[in-house]
Amino acid sequence: MIDVRNLSKTFLAPHEVRALHNINTSIEAAEVVVVIGPSGSGKSTFIRCLNHLETPDEGGHIYIDGKDVLDSKTDINKVRAEVGMVFQSFNLFPHKTVLENVALAQRVVRKRPKAQAREKAMALLNKVGIGDKASSYPDQLSGGQQQRVAIARALAMDPKVMLFDEPTSALDPEMIGEVLEAMKTLAKEGMTMVVVTHEMGFAREVADRVIFMDQGAIVEEGPPEHFFTTPDHERTKLFLSQIL
Amino acid sequence: MSLNVKKSRYDLFWKSTYFVIIGVGILLLWYATKEVEYVWRWYRVPQYFIADVEVNVRAEIEGEVARIERSGETVRITVEGRSGEKETYPAPAGEVRVYEGDFIFPGDILAVYEETRPGILLQGLWLTLKVSFIAIAFGILIGLLGGLARVSRNPCLRWLSITYIEFIRGSPLLVQIYLWYFVFGTIINNLLAEMGFSPISSLWYGVASLAIFAGAYVAEIVRAGIQSIHRGQTEAARSLGMNYIQSMTHVILPQAMRRILPPLAGQFISLIKDSSLLGIIAIRELTKATREVVTTSLQPYELWFVCAVLYLILTFSLSMFVQYLERRTLI
Repeated sequence: MIDVRNLSKTFLAPHEVRALHNINTSIEAAEVVVVIGPSGSGKSTFIRCLNHLETPDEGGHIYIDGKDVLDSKTDINKVRAEVGMVFQSFNLFPHKTVLENVALAQRVVRKRPKAQAREKAMALLNKVGIGDKASSYPDQLSGGQQQRVAIARALAMDPKVMLFDEPTSALDPEMIGEVLEAMKTLAKEGMTMVVVTHEMGFAREVADRVIFMDQGAIVEEGPPEHFFTTPDHERTKLFLSQIL
Repeated sequence: MSLNVKKSRYDLFWKSTYFVIIGVGILLLWYATKEVEYVWRWYRVPQYFIADVEVNVRAEIEGEVARIERSGETVRITVEGRSGEKETYPAPAGEVRVYEGDFIFPGDILAVYEETRPGILLQGLWLTLKVSFIAIAFGILIGLLGGLARVSRNPCLRWLSITYIEFIRGSPLLVQIYLWYFVFGTIINNLLAEMGFSPISSLWYGVASLAIFAGAYVAEIVRAGIQSIHRGQTEAARSLGMNYIQSMTHVILPQAMRRILPPLAGQFISLIKDSSLLGIIAIRELTKATREVVTTSLQPYELWFVCAVLYLILTFSLSMFVQYLERRTLI
């Protein structure tokens, strides 16, 4: 489903930082991959490169469903429509109601008729458990509710892949559960997911594979049971000892 | 004594002081004008808003008044020329100056009547309103395009926009009006004349200078508005597959609009006031109209105050309108 080849990313401003260094990995359909690592390890940069929110260095390739995301001939908007993304800071559209947030891209990008878009939006809002907030504005919602709207908004495009960039990091502790619950449901339904998170419980329970990154490179990857109990690398052991 | 009573006494005292200061100011001004022996004649002002004008109906041919027909409110005077041609002059029933059988020459007055017309100040006010309105409309358009070009990734568009903004903001409006009228205006009108078209009136060069001047400031306001919207909004819109234009029109600009409105109102209030400069290129807007009336009436004190108040009414209405828009776009 996703194939990453020789992916590197260097930030030039404000000063030169090598954020990603020669990343190679692939993600199968219906696989749930959790990316973990210390802050500054490049995991957010990695997931943002996947739908070209960051432009990686020359020479790397990212194939999603066979299309090269980084090729200038690829219509990036078409690719992005198939790749849902959930952000740490939700990024809901504050001037639109919850329902309009979920319906907007369906109408603008997928060209669905208004009634159909609203119907689908309503169904998804019910699915993530906030159907009763449909006519509220985002700033009237709690962080957990906003993030669930953001998940519904991404799902409304019927994506083939969902990317989660630290979806629970900006939430109060008591709201983390409701968002993780929505993500678990999604994983059970067979969605292909790439999740950057610090929620080790989620990684253990839901992930098919864990990728551990440090200093812009993949240090180790493998199934969670192996990863959390008998990691191969010293760096991984050190990291796990610090957070568990 | 409770805090509330204390506070209301404080308010009452200072509010009264405010009115006393305003009142004393007016009195002092009035007293000073008395000292320089100025005679206030406010009753002379209304005639410059609405005036009764005497209109003369003049003959265009030489001949004899053949017939004068009165029918209700109108009168029709028919003049028959020497070779038998007839011309009929309709006029409202007023004072007819000729009799049937009179011999008249071209230019002779046939009838006189009174008509109520908008006075020169009202005409000036209307012209100011018209020029400002057209300039605001074009200013918004130019500013929006300029602002979008300013934040564009395309260096050509971005540099064009920066050049435009810096040039316009870096030179006085008065000089720009002269440039439009004496340089570009002359060139364009000469070219038009060579191609056999009629020249463009100075009004449009005035509108162009105001619109392009305001556009540069609007562009900066639009740029600031767009850049004040968090980057995450663009990222969220683009990650859903929207292209640049879609994310701008559906996500960024509607949010930017609310933040843009207050500074935009200030800019357009400036524009209305700046339109007073257009008098120098023979556009008889409110200020030039007032100047003309002052030279004939010799009542400068009243008229310049009236002029200022008329501008105040225009700018205040605009700022009220924008406040209404702001409330409406309130989330």
